[in-house]
Amino acid sequence: MIELYPFLIEAIQILIVLLFAPLFVGWIRMLKCWFQGRTSAGLFQPYRDIVKLFHKDVILAENASWLFRFTPYLVFGVTVLAGGIIPILSLSLPFATVADVIAIVALFAIVRFFTALAGMDIGTAFGGMGSSREMMIGSLAEPAMLMAIFTVSLISQTTSLSNMADMLIHKEFILRPSMAFALLAFVLISLAETGRIPVDNPATHLELTMIHEAMILEYSGRHLALIEWAGMIKLFLFTTIGIASFFPWGISTLPSNAAIGGLGNLISISAGIIFLILKLGFLGIGLILIETGLAKMRIFRVPEFLGGAFLLSTLGMLSYFILE
Amino acid sequence: MMTLSPFVLVSLSILIIAFTLILVPLFARHQKILIYVSFPLMAISSAIAVIAGIWSVAVGIPESTILSIGLPDLPFHLRLDPLSGFFLTVIGLLSFFVSIYSTGYCKGYAGKRSVTHLVIFYSLFIAGMFLVVLSDDAFFFLISWELMAIASYFLVMFEDELIENRRAAFLYLVVAHIGAIAILLSFGVLAGATGLEGFSGYTFDAMRQTEFPLKWATVAFLLAFFGFSAKAGVIPLHVWLPEAHPAAPSNVSALMSGVMLKTAIYGIIRVTFDLIKVFPLWWGAMVLVLGLITAIMGILYAIMQNDIKRMLAYSSVENIGVILIGIGLAIIFTSFHIPVLAALSLTAVFYHSINHAMFKGLLFMGAGALLHATHKKNMDEMGGLIHYMPWTSTLFLIGSISISALPPFNGFISEWLIFQAFLLSPSLNSPLLNLLIPMGAALLALTAALVAACFVKGFGIAFLGHWRGLHNPPLHRGGLEVNWPMRIGMLLPALMCLILGILPTMVIEWMDKISDELVGGKIATTAGAFGWLWLTPVAHERASYSGAIVLLWIIVVVMLVYILLHSRKTAIHRVPLWDCGFEKITPRMQYNANSFSMPIRRIFGFLFNIREQVRLSNATLHPSFPNRLYYRLRIRDRFWGWIYKPISESSYWISRKFGRLQQGYIHVYLIYSFITIIILLVFAR
Repeated sequence: MIELYPFLIEAIQILIVLLFAPLFVGWIRMLKCWFQGRTSAGLFQPYRDIVKLFHKDVILAENASWLFRFTPYLVFGVTVLAGGIIPILSLSLPFATVADVIAIVALFAIVRFFTALAGMDIGTAFGGMGSSREMMIGSLAEPAMLMAIFTVSLISQTTSLSNMADMLIHKEFILRPSMAFALLAFVLISLAETGRIPVDNPATHLELTMIHEAMILEYSGRHLALIEWAGMIKLFLFTTIGIASFFPWGISTLPSNAAIGGLGNLISISAGIIFLILKLGFLGIGLILIETGLAKMRIFRVPEFLGGAFLLSTLGMLSYFILE
Repeated sequence: MMTLSPFVLVSLSILIIAFTLILVPLFARHQKILIYVSFPLMAISSAIAVIAGIWSVAVGIPESTILSIGLPDLPFHLRLDPLSGFFLTVIGLLSFFVSIYSTGYCKGYAGKRSVTHLVIFYSLFIAGMFLVVLSDDAFFFLISWELMAIASYFLVMFEDELIENRRAAFLYLVVAHIGAIAILLSFGVLAGATGLEGFSGYTFDAMRQTEFPLKWATVAFLLAFFGFSAKAGVIPLHVWLPEAHPAAPSNVSALMSGVMLKTAIYGIIRVTFDLIKVFPLWWGAMVLVLGLITAIMGILYAIMQNDIKRMLAYSSVENIGVILIGIGLAIIFTSFHIPVLAALSLTAVFYHSINHAMFKGLLFMGAGALLHATHKKNMDEMGGLIHYMPWTSTLFLIGSISISALPPFNGFISEWLIFQAFLLSPSLNSPLLNLLIPMGAALLALTAALVAACFVKGFGIAFLGHWRGLHNPPLHRGGLEVNWPMRIGMLLPALMCLILGILPTMVIEWMDKISDELVGGKIATTAGAFGWLWLTPVAHERASYSGAIVLLWIIVVVMLVYILLHSRKTAIHRVPLWDCGFEKITPRMQYNANSFSMPIRRIFGFLFNIREQVRLSNATLHPSFPNRLYYRLRIRDRFWGWIYKPISESSYWISRKFGRLQQGYIHVYLIYSFITIIILLVFAR
């Protein structure tokens, strides 16, 4: 008999991913407004934006192909799938075995691959520019990301994100140099992968600097809504990957079967949600400190930035093999 | 009455090829009938070979036979064991697809040029590849190897009116033969070291039973590795590959890139793991380093190309690099006596071999379809073809996704397995390797990400955007689509890409006998609590992946979201392109192949010999008011200048010096003979 209880937790987690992601973005925007001395539009503005876009008609260029129309759905679906795999609430999700951390990185690569293709589909200079830059950034950020995660997975002897988090929670805490390198690299990469300052600016449409926005410039209506929403989920997921692989304490570790009993599980899941909110709140502040403290980089300084991240993560792995 | 066995089947398959060759002269005057008879026969023969291959791997018992033809006292030995059965399957699968495709593709030549010798050498080429993996002695191996090399040389020369094709074919011939000499010498060393009298040491069986001293094993390994690397296109022996593969007709390029390179991989595995069976650590380290260099340089070269077939050829170099990384790891782990990890690396090698055959075959066939429809190879003259070639574009997209190692397609599985091999490697008792393994993982990750960039470029420039060519394409949609045999020939490998991506456990269970036989270990495909849907190479707590569920999820969510969003009517308005009010937007303003790869060129440009020039037209009155700019970009392989040019120049120099001996007078030559005889009399009494 298939137990339904784990799937209930899975469903709750996916719901949280869908709902918390815009909230997290709203929180970041609110903080940013406060830091810059502006009045914010409120915590719930991203919801309003998405709803507004869903109600609008779609304006499609004459020569848009099926690929252009298919991409938003695929991007959204793949991002949500990643959201079902990463241990956000509990370590024993039924979906956690579907893909390990390499596969999660590859899922984000699917998103990038198709967004870049969609950017080239219309045949405007902006789209091609965005795609070309995005693939350049991706081809440096993805290996750096893998290396940072690999360092953690070497320590925990597994590539499954849930088991990695499990190992970290249950092993006694040691300050490892390799982990420090990996964490630093991971922060740099997350900024690049989610299109934040200093690599890309999500709030601008300035042609000299925009990357992600250039690719999706031709989207409108529900297509844009899906892509925007997926983008918010991606930011949320990168944060939670960071949490799971570096600060997993607080995620529910109880095996999710009925034998444990509903109440204990419910408490641990609720505690997990509260921990999550606290961590996200703090990480949002950290992100905003970086964003307001730094200026957007020139596009050809970005390779140096990412090359630095790549070096750091490789150093992390090297120090594991040599020192530990 | 012979009982049916894999070996009987494969003999039947070779007999069908021989039968096809006999038929060719009969139909030489009726080119269309020739195409419709010979290629389906080749497809049947390949299909039989596939069945034989799958069967022999599944049974796992080697079968061998001795044919008393050839030289006296040197009979041909043939053997079909799981390793050759596996490569037979790979070769047969792709040649089956390509033969179907060729039925449609070669029709394009009908009325323009004779395809008779294309058919002859195509059949010989496939027969040669089958025989290479079947042969069980050095003599027959080299004969088959040469048959394959010569047949493919004539196929590269098929369109011989173009000087670059003749040049490419010559270069290919030279490199192939330098490689063949090295392989011959390597077998000579091995046969000599068996210590058997006469010629009996030349069989693989004799070599298998010998324990080679390390000194001779090293000499033999280095020679064989050099020889097979020349065939596989390992950097720096790769320069012929991007010249020869694009020059051949596209169906042949698919075979050359997809499976001919794999015969070299087969050779390396056969000689290292089956014949020599000595595994010093530094061999593995050398293979690993060469694999890493080949992978990263191959993909960087591929990104710089604008010719779609050259891009694919360089990408084959990259894939060979990835396979070598796996072989290197397997040697390293065997030398440390960790059979499970060696088996994991070898499984990744085999999986990547079959994957690469499928997607590279598919992509080369797709490039052939583009060539067939547009008569162009330069992707800067294509664009927007997704509207004109719906089938080809979709299938090419599947190939691009697979090669970019994106789940749920097959390329991801083999890459994932290699990453697992890297990550499972414990701290080994060698400082060099502790440095090399993390660096290797880093470079492999970089390679994998660059592949995606390369194929976004390839697909995006050729199929998306507006038509970039000078002449307008046909106006109606689907107007350039290729014929049905070509579509089916591409559809089948695309399906294989998906099947290999979602059913890896079954494939690995089928082929784990090979690694068991070679390194004495297998990987646990279905370890732990999970079923066949999950791929768990070592233990389920370590890593698991399920392509089928990923695919299912993506389909379900995409459909769900689509239905939810379309329950309420929001209209789609088709409007002209937004041109920012400029009103003069032309297709030439799109990003093209050069501009797309510019950021990556800028980062990794130091590895290449790049010359970039911007020049004003002469009619410009003042530099501030240019009326036309000319842009030139030239990217050269540095290895050409470093290695090949000095060698070719010095060999020309030496031959010029020797040319002085040639005076053209008969009495001078008589004096030469006289002097020779005197010298011989003095020294060779």
